[in-house]
Amino acid sequence: MKIDIILAGVGGQGILSIATTIGYAAVNNGLYLKQAEVHGMSQRGGDVQSNLRISDEEIFSDLIPKGQADLIISVEPMEALRYLPLLSKTGWVITNDQPFNNISNYPAVDDIMGELSKLPQKIIINADQIAKDLGSPRSANMVILGAASPFLTMEYQILEDAIAAQFASKGQEVVDVNIAALKAGREYAMKNK
Amino acid sequence: MQKLLLLGDEAIAQAAIDAGISGIYAYPGTPSTEITEYIQKSKEAAEKNIHRTWAANEKTALETAIGMSYAGKRAMASMKHVGLNVAADPFMNVAITGANGGLVIVVADDPSMHSSQNEQDSRTFGRFSMIPIFEPSNQQEAYDMTRYAFNFSEQYQIPVIVRITTRLAHSRSGVTMAKKQEENKLQMPKNLRQYVLLPAIARKQYNELIEKQVHFEEESENSIYNKFIEGSDKSMGIIASGIAYNYLMENYPDRKCPYPIIKLSQYPIPRKMIKKLYDMCDSIMVMEEGYPIIEELLRGILDDGKTIKGRLDGSLPRAGELDPNSVAKALGFKRYEGNPVPEVVKQRPPALCVGCSHIDSYNALNEAIKKYGEGRVFADIGCYTLGALPPFNAINSCVDMGASITMAKGAANAGLVPAVAVIGDSTFTHSGMTSLLDAIIDKTPITVLILDNSTTGMTGGQDSHGFGRIEDICLGLGVEREHLHIIKPLRKNHEENVALIADELAYDGVSVIIPTRECIQTLNRRMRQKFKAKAE
Ligand SMILES: Cc1ncc(C[n+]2csc(CCOP(=O)(O)OP(=O)(O)O)c2C)c(N)n1
Repeated sequence: MKIDIILAGVGGQGILSIATTIGYAAVNNGLYLKQAEVHGMSQRGGDVQSNLRISDEEIFSDLIPKGQADLIISVEPMEALRYLPLLSKTGWVITNDQPFNNISNYPAVDDIMGELSKLPQKIIINADQIAKDLGSPRSANMVILGAASPFLTMEYQILEDAIAAQFASKGQEVVDVNIAALKAGREYAMKNK
Repeated sequence: MQKLLLLGDEAIAQAAIDAGISGIYAYPGTPSTEITEYIQKSKEAAEKNIHRTWAANEKTALETAIGMSYAGKRAMASMKHVGLNVAADPFMNVAITGANGGLVIVVADDPSMHSSQNEQDSRTFGRFSMIPIFEPSNQQEAYDMTRYAFNFSEQYQIPVIVRITTRLAHSRSGVTMAKKQEENKLQMPKNLRQYVLLPAIARKQYNELIEKQVHFEEESENSIYNKFIEGSDKSMGIIASGIAYNYLMENYPDRKCPYPIIKLSQYPIPRKMIKKLYDMCDSIMVMEEGYPIIEELLRGILDDGKTIKGRLDGSLPRAGELDPNSVAKALGFKRYEGNPVPEVVKQRPPALCVGCSHIDSYNALNEAIKKYGEGRVFADIGCYTLGALPPFNAINSCVDMGASITMAKGAANAGLVPAVAVIGDSTFTHSGMTSLLDAIIDKTPITVLILDNSTTGMTGGQDSHGFGRIEDICLGLGVEREHLHIIKPLRKNHEENVALIADELAYDGVSVIIPTRECIQTLNRRMRQKFKAKAE
């Protein structure tokens, strides 16, 4: 088993929370993991990405080679497109459809959606809305993780367990709402894949 | 033993704790910051009362670590690559004094300059000072080699370098810990003149350092971190140092590279091992994350030996970090390289946060200086360097920490009046105070803006030495009371701030203006914590 994932977003959007959940799940199941993160300058509202590699064999490179990522998981639609050179021919793109517009020349949303719709394998989801409907706008990233879950080659329950462990210190309510977000995202992906 | 998911930086930090350090000394700098932060957050470090507060700069950090080593305890100094320039004086000289308690200097290089002004390779400094370098290739080695480095340092009474690069610093993986070691007892150096570098003593100790080189090389030849891996295809031999080894192996999914390989992680360079490879193979490929140091040495001045491939002949890119793809190309593999980035995708450079005080400072400065024309603002390193980008286009330099004030002074000396310096509070206490003193002594007509957001913003909001002290420091240095102003950078104060800056620009002497308002990130963080505390 081996899966290479690009997590994408804008500095401040908290993509590392997604990485933490997947990473926790992987490590607790005895898998090897490497997770290259972006720290420093780009965290100030620039584009950020994380290379997440999971395997049942030793992993060498911290970076995913071009054309080899199985998944791009993005919390922002333009950022999903930025990493297409890394995506394999059979890879999936899972992305939020809510733009994060902090630059003066942000492209027309229709143009972004046009590019995304050209992709052969994608899940485009309004995670913000789904999270809001669940009464927890801050759980949008978990909705996206849920949408990616059918493609993770990991048992779904493992992810729920990881969330339970990750948010345990914040109380059962927070755990529940994040698991609900995960489920909602997963359901959407199952219907739309 | 326990396995933890750690960044390369954190693996080094945990290793330092487990090796029994009594102090970590550092100034923040990407990609090294998380080493110290990990120790600051560690319960164990708190219980043992390991020294872990930030230093004013890398020079003070290293000197303090040297002092702790003198007293027989283990110390770590950590910094980013350009930080070692600031600490270069103690660094070069501690190679001559040698160490007493284990002294490990961690330097994190930033090839591709993700968050830096250059991509200098600290292995050059290792050669320069003639001390051993350990260059781990993964997180587990980062842990293991840091432990090893402390032992090595004490065994040979020599400071050593652990050199990492951005990818290892900021990538996480599972790390297994080894048995913990107690802290050393207070113990003075056997020879109380060891650290007295008077010429007569220095000459003697320098000779000893030279004599130690044989032993260091011998250690490199036999180190478990330098591996000679046999291969059947002798048309080429490969030397892969540090994390370059990972990119090499990534290209052989079955982990069987046909060529003989030297996996190199400990310096000085093991010459015998290299000679064996060289004699055995028709050509050599050198893969290094950083400068082509081994490659240049292997080529020599005349470069008239066997064919050497690497960064100098274009087999690998001359600059920037390596990656699996550039290494694949060097090995002659043709790989699918994905689809191009669609044209709609726009660059998203980092930017000042919404609500950042620097925005209001720049808006006021831009307006006040407009009538003098462009090109007069010397800035420094920090979040405020983003003032170079639109919409501000406010600054004309960012060279090294502290240079804003001295460059403004030099330009003013040359006749560029008014000249302005813009410097952050943490950068000011790092290296700006002496610059300001130069200007005061000369009464050079410059206007200095010390942007005081009460924190070291760019690197994630570490405590700033100048907190609550900037004004007193300026007065102490000799800034005239009438030309020292604290202003509040807020939109509602814009007109007032413009007028004040304009007045000081016209003053024929040193003026200091301190726009003071807390960083919006640290403010939000504080508020969240307060809120959380209340809720609990
Ligand atoms: C010699 C050296 N050490 C460390 C750094 C890393 N660094 C860049 S900016 C910065 C902090 C600047 O803080 P401050 O001056 O307070 O400005 P702010 O970012 O808060 O606006 C640091 C530590 C560096 N570039 N050079």
